Amino acid sequence: MATAVTAENVEKVIFDGLVELGTERDQLAREATLEDLDVDSLDLVELAQIVEDEFGVELRGDDVKDVKTVGQVIDLVVSKAG
Amino acid sequence: MTRRVVITGVGAVTPLGIGAATLIERWAAGECGIEDGLGLCRDFDPLEFLSKKEARRADRFAQMAIAAAAEAVGQAGGEDGLPYEPHRVGCVIGTGIGGLPSLEENQRKLIERGEKAVSPLAVPLMMGNAAAAAVAMRHELHGHCYGVVSACAAGAHALGDASRIIRAGDADAVVAGGAEAAITGVATAAFGAMEATSPTGISRPFDARRDGFVIGEGAGVLILEEKQAAEARGAEILGELLGYGATCDAFHLTAPQPEGTEAARAIGLALADAGLSAVDVDYVNAHGTSTPLNDRAETMALKAALGERAADVPVSSTKSAIGHLLGAAGAVEAIATVEALRRRIAPPTLGWEEAEEGLDLDYVPGAAKPIENGDGPLVAISDSFGFGGHNAVLCLSA
Repeated sequence: MATAVTAENVEKVIFDGLVELGTERDQLAREATLEDLDVDSLDLVELAQIVEDEFGVELRGDDVKDVKTVGQVIDLVVSKAG
Repeated sequence: MTRRVVITGVGAVTPLGIGAATLIERWAAGECGIEDGLGLCRDFDPLEFLSKKEARRADRFAQMAIAAAAEAVGQAGGEDGLPYEPHRVGCVIGTGIGGLPSLEENQRKLIERGEKAVSPLAVPLMMGNAAAAAVAMRHELHGHCYGVVSACAAGAHALGDASRIIRAGDADAVVAGGAEAAITGVATAAFGAMEATSPTGISRPFDARRDGFVIGEGAGVLILEEKQAAEARGAEILGELLGYGATCDAFHLTAPQPEGTEAARAIGLALADAGLSAVDVDYVNAHGTSTPLNDRAETMALKAALGERAADVPVSSTKSAIGHLLGAAGAVEAIATVEALRRRIAPPTLGWEEAEEGLDLDYVPGAAKPIENGDGPLVAISDSFGFGGHNAVLCLSA
């Protein structure tokens, strides 16, 4: 059973996922840019797997190619679920 | 003018611990890093050498290569790295198998959870050139860069190729070596199935009771530099890679040619490349796997290549102390060889007690022995042979 797609749940899963991928937790914020966090295309594919496992929401390369901040990733997941 | 190749840095991760000095000091003291029939690098913690993100993006063999390379680059160049234009520095790292743990883990995910569970990192983690790529990225090396895959000869081939790159004038320095971490379910089962590994879990090369190799893991990386450039920058020169010889048995997929004919030819080519002859050899660091076939064929090869000198020269196997590091073996053993020459000793073949008919060289039983030959540089041969019939031999001095 997939977790309910609320902004709060998605933020927690994405924050935890980024820490798992090697980002320092104290650097995480909705406003943080992926570039500043050194999150690259491979990280985004791994993050998409985590999101799909958790929420059943599928993110593809085209979906995230213009995303700049962590907050935008969270909003994208929430909007795709809706 | 002939370009010569010197060694200015060494780094190792082995079952005897972290560091090249740890390797030679513990082996020379007769200590063994094999436990429960495996040569695991129990002291290796990747997070001491890599960020969490770097560690996630490198399989264990590449992690070990990064650690060994950091030690070697640090010794050769200090904190600032190697003082050459980055396009003039290459990186050649051999491996027998590559990132087998990642392959097995992702195969399991594919079977259990389907295609979508397979990691996007699976290919870059398992590819055999991953260690070379990771080391080049860490030290920003832009010259020749690739992996060498020739089973248990890969580390020696990498060093031989690297020396050729420098001698050809394509680089002034090459970060070169080998790395392997393939102690996995599939690998141990497969080596066991072909009866290559020791059922008793004991590595005792050249002993009559030897019954197979002990699988090990680790990495060895050396900094090779063009001699005049190294001297001009005032680098401490640890040793010289004088010669390299390579042949192929073209005989059998796994078994060595029984008389060691092509192995002997590779030894002769390495000596000729160095401009030396058999009487100049002070020490042989044998491939010495502890398998019945290798140790007999290698003994015959040494007798054929060295003639009368074979009876007098000390021959010992690093694998008696750390097991068989497969694609890392040739590089780790080249380091052990140079460090042994620098200490003017032949380290022992641990566990050697019982002679076998025909295996009658001086295998340095018991304890390290001094090499007595004046005060000048000493010369050694380091053998590496791999499944597939690959023979790669280095002639080193220090």
